[in-house]
Amino acid sequence: MSTNTHNFPTPIPIPVDSRLPAPGVRGKSILAAALRPNRGVSSEVPKVALADVCLSYRDQSGQRLLALDHINLQVKPGEFLCIVGPSGCGKSTLLHLIAGLHQQTSGQILVDGKPIQGPGTDRILIFQELGLFPWLTVGQNVEFGMKMKGIGKAEREEKTRYYLRLVHLAQFKNSYTHQLSGGMRQRVALARALATEPDVLLMDEPFAALDAQTRDLLHDELERIWSETGRTIIFVTHNVREAIRLGDRVALLTFCPGRVKREFPVDLPRPRVLEDVHVAHAAREILDELREEINRSLEVEYNLGVKPRVPVGV
Amino acid sequence: MKRAARLVVFYAGLLGLWTLLAELKIWPPYLFPTPWGVGEALYAGFQDHSFLIAIAVSMRRVLIGYAISVVLGMVLGLGVASSKFLEETMGGLLVSLQSLPSICWWPLALLWFGLNQNAILFVVIMGSLLSVTLAMEDGRKQMPKIYGMAGRNLGATGFQLFWHVLLPASLPFIVSGLKQGWAFAWRSLITAEMLYLSLGLGQVLMMGRDLNDMSAVIAVMILIIAIGYVVDGVVFKSMERHLQHKWGLTPST
Repeated sequence: MSTNTHNFPTPIPIPVDSRLPAPGVRGKSILAAALRPNRGVSSEVPKVALADVCLSYRDQSGQRLLALDHINLQVKPGEFLCIVGPSGCGKSTLLHLIAGLHQQTSGQILVDGKPIQGPGTDRILIFQELGLFPWLTVGQNVEFGMKMKGIGKAEREEKTRYYLRLVHLAQFKNSYTHQLSGGMRQRVALARALATEPDVLLMDEPFAALDAQTRDLLHDELERIWSETGRTIIFVTHNVREAIRLGDRVALLTFCPGRVKREFPVDLPRPRVLEDVHVAHAAREILDELREEINRSLEVEYNLGVKPRVPVGV
Repeated sequence: MKRAARLVVFYAGLLGLWTLLAELKIWPPYLFPTPWGVGEALYAGFQDHSFLIAIAVSMRRVLIGYAISVVLGMVLGLGVASSKFLEETMGGLLVSLQSLPSICWWPLALLWFGLNQNAILFVVIMGSLLSVTLAMEDGRKQMPKIYGMAGRNLGATGFQLFWHVLLPASLPFIVSGLKQGWAFAWRSLITAEMLYLSLGLGQVLMMGRDLNDMSAVIAVMILIIAIGYVVDGVVFKSMERHLQHKWGLTPST
């Protein structure tokens, strides 16, 4: 894992036309609301707040095991929070809890100060495996959430067109997802999530499976879309440099059970570059903290071949 | 081309053998008809519209019965797949019921519905319902969990989730079960029609026997095979191909 962050990807010049300006539809009425940045709006109330969130589960022998241990996190409206941690620390599970797809064992998850009730389109999760629907075209995938909300056809089509243009996939509206490359699929998932116009975007290691060049490009695009739409983003990754590249703040999770070990504010000016020496320097600080956790996780994996189990109450 | 040639050779040989056996007159012609005797019977059957009427009646029955068992089977299968209780209790019952030939329901159907169409429909439904149910249950389990989660994440609930996500997501896994259900429905229908004479292909078949007209019997048998084959080869094959193309399971052209 750590070798990954040492491997400097060869920077390739990004073609100018791949950074098309945002489509000029911002003035249109239905899109205006969608694009108004949420940043700064009622900043006293955190957009997302986790208060003493614990998750335990029963293994086959019926023993209760602890996966997440008293997680406390607060995310400001419009903030870009990155969560890093070794694999198996419960990062993805945490996102599933915020998305309302699973229920925490104890503690509270608040959005705008109110406890969440199951899944809601105010929080959209982009899964690690994306979960694009292969029976639908790219366009139908993007409009899926709007269709579920009962939004009319004309508005759906206009927004679908807009969000596909936002991720530079307008000409692939009628393709099926298996016809696209990994990076394009990633962007479809992003467009699909944005099209439901969530306040909070939850991203689960979205760029882990991509080659370095595509990832760099998507970092740029994500940052641009984030600053244009003003969404709150909670971004999970195991790549510390990626977290520094994107986040306003980085939270480090411990390994088994997951606890928030430390939070690091990132004050570097944007846009940042993955290979930048300041990014590398900031990453070094986090990596030193992370190393201990990674070693612990690797040790356990090599020695036991299984994840360690922490019984509840230990 | 080569495959076509092989098929021609095979069927020509089969016809030749049939002709030879018939011409040797080992059995009387009314027991072992010649190919052209069967051909004439086919022609005559279509000429006086009796075959067309029989096909229309049989198709109507099988389509209604099959449609009902597909809807019921999907609901049942989904229920069994998503409830631990139903799976433990009803799952086993469904599997064991599958060993029962559907025509065994005929006596019950007669008593419950009387000697009419509904009794036939009941047998057709019992024939195909189990395959569809088991296929749906299996498909729902094989279907990657992520689709259900993604659907809920994007705001789909209840029937929306079933109709827009769970059903299309499980289609590639249940299409073979749907096909099997169709085959069972078709067989159950013909069997039931042979027992209860009210139009339909099964009845025409039995009429041939009553009239000692083996040419007509074989002609109807060919019709039954042909319809089964066409539905399987045209309807289900194109459905499978369509799904594979959409899902990218085969390289699309």
